[in-house]
Amino acid sequence: MEKFDVIVVGAGPAGNAAAYTLARGGLSVLQLERGESPGTKNVQGAILYADALEKIIPDFRDSAPLERHVAEQRMWLLDENQTCTGVSHRDARFSQQPYNRYTIIRARFDRWFSEQVKRAGALVICETTVTGLLKDDAGKVIGVRTERAEGDILADCVILADGANALLGERAGLRPAIKAEDMALVVKEVLFLPKETLEARFNISGTQGVVIEIAGNVTHGMVGTGFLYTNKDSIAIGIGCMLGDMKRQQLTPYQLLEGLKRHAAVQPLIDGAEMKEYSAHLIPEGGYRALPQLYGEGWLVVGDSAGFVNAVHREGSNLAMTSGRIAAETLIALRQAGKPFSAANLAGYRQGLDESFVMADLKKYQGVPELLHENPHILDLYPRFVGDAAREILTVDGAPKRDKQKKILGELARRRSLLGLLGDAYKFWRAFR
Amino acid sequence: MHIAVCIKQVPDSAQIRVHPVTNTIMRQGVPTIVNPYDLFALEEALRIKDRTGARITVLTMGPAQAEEALRKCLSLGADEAILVTDKVFSGADTLATSYVLAAALKTLDARTPVDLIFTGKQTIDGDTAQVGPGIAIRLGWQLLTYVSKIRELEPAARHIVVDRRAEGGVQVLKSALPAVVTMLEGSNELRFADMPGMFRAARQEVQRWNRDSIGVELAQVGLKGSPTVVAQVFGPRPKAVKALRIEGETPDAIAEAFVDKLFADHPHLEDAMLEHLELLGQQGVEP
Repeated sequence: MEKFDVIVVGAGPAGNAAAYTLARGGLSVLQLERGESPGTKNVQGAILYADALEKIIPDFRDSAPLERHVAEQRMWLLDENQTCTGVSHRDARFSQQPYNRYTIIRARFDRWFSEQVKRAGALVICETTVTGLLKDDAGKVIGVRTERAEGDILADCVILADGANALLGERAGLRPAIKAEDMALVVKEVLFLPKETLEARFNISGTQGVVIEIAGNVTHGMVGTGFLYTNKDSIAIGIGCMLGDMKRQQLTPYQLLEGLKRHAAVQPLIDGAEMKEYSAHLIPEGGYRALPQLYGEGWLVVGDSAGFVNAVHREGSNLAMTSGRIAAETLIALRQAGKPFSAANLAGYRQGLDESFVMADLKKYQGVPELLHENPHILDLYPRFVGDAAREILTVDGAPKRDKQKKILGELARRRSLLGLLGDAYKFWRAFR
Repeated sequence: MHIAVCIKQVPDSAQIRVHPVTNTIMRQGVPTIVNPYDLFALEEALRIKDRTGARITVLTMGPAQAEEALRKCLSLGADEAILVTDKVFSGADTLATSYVLAAALKTLDARTPVDLIFTGKQTIDGDTAQVGPGIAIRLGWQLLTYVSKIRELEPAARHIVVDRRAEGGVQVLKSALPAVVTMLEGSNELRFADMPGMFRAARQEVQRWNRDSIGVELAQVGLKGSPTVVAQVFGPRPKAVKALRIEGETPDAIAEAFVDKLFADHPHLEDAMLEHLELLGQQGVEP
């Protein structure tokens, strides 16, 4: 039977970061991926955060397939009255090299990343699904079972980078099943638009790109957000909500997406574009309080499979890559020290995460999922109020501004009692401090 | 017994998109696959290997990335893979391709004598079905096209018996070895590679042969050696066809009206039918 130092299950950002770092560190690595090639099963908005990748492949900009650098970010509140209230931030320094964030197309990017993994010396085998973990009598994970004949493979450590569903850990009894309450379902389309048209519509040139994050009633009051990103000659647009909410409201993801695409603020941007690709993906958004056990005897879990997603800032792939890197560095250090991959020793992985932004950010927003879950009005009442207030103040109709101000505040008090407002403010402060 | 299987890496035609502005085929980003017909050829060779322990060499002419397709064949059980690749080979039509492949097969045959060459009946991107026969002619070997079944294979007696799909029926053909066989779709079901096969495919070296390895005339390869010119590519224009409603009191009346209409529009069809009926009459068969 084949045996490796480490088997990495999955070839997304977390798995690739782990496999690459391990192979560079001199360990024998087998990476198994169920897709035909890395990237065929992977879905993301997608924004690449340079910092996380730079710490793994410092010169990635020389060869990675990048679409546009993010030169401007807009944040929009949209509602069903076709209002759009928002802020935008463009800074010339965002357009100075080295760029900080990029839009990417995952099918291409993941293929490139996997190429680097192979060059680093890992053995990458695709079209092979891992169906379970092998354990010895003491319960230590000693390898994986694949769906193929003679498919058992041994390893000193297995890194679970199997994505949002995290079925492997669940099947092996290493974690409970994920709850619908902790999972967001996002649908996305890639719409083709000629480069010149796209650049004119978004007021960009060269490799500049625009990112629009969207909240408000386009989610029909459910906890969720939308996005619109510019690629070289296409637009990625998507929207997602918590799975539990969708189930309760009996709304389908494509209804939400169609609503978003028809919105008066969005429609002109995508007018005449041709759909090239559509996809859907689950995102574990339970945050810190939903984190499973992260390591054990002979195993570690990284990326989406571990629930490393910062839903507030819509970050995930950077947490994934960072967790993959830290997992790999933990194993490399143990191997160099001649120590086994026992649960006690793998606690170093958790420690590494705690010292990084991954856990710091997850902890910071640990109250947010619960806050939004228990106070769904926050994503409905306030965005709507902001829109109405803006319209009131910007309508010049002979009424004195002081009266308008009173009217706005009166309207707010009518929609939410003073006590409710104070309560929301306190809860908000607690969740986001 | 030594079997050579010729394959081609082709774009997955199910996933080809047309550029919305220029209307050209967007090849970039389109996944590539092993030509599906060639996989029937490979599976047939693998079944012979299962029975007789034959050795299988799979080869293709193509760019560097065609190695992926060869590795897929290795994972399924091919013993050896050869990528015939050289920048002078690019732009080849079927004439130049069969020339290069035949030269590569001669080189292979000189090293380890080849008894059988398998290939798919055609590719899904070119659809010509010319390369297989081209190889047979150039090698001077027996040619069996559109084969749906291997009935008998006697390595010792040096012959093969196959079912060949022909117009209106099946021919059972016996041929001496060596021979070239082009396989029909649906003739077998491809196996699922086992894990040791996947490891072998990931690790084994794919041999690379260039113009010097197989000794070819430069004037006969690539674009230079290709008399075929693609003058124009265009999609079929949709024809304006009107639907016709045929009505009648009874089913018989509807059928009669339908046949009358059919024969009125296609007189040659009526002639052919009458001839056929006459023939049946002579044979004493009630039509």
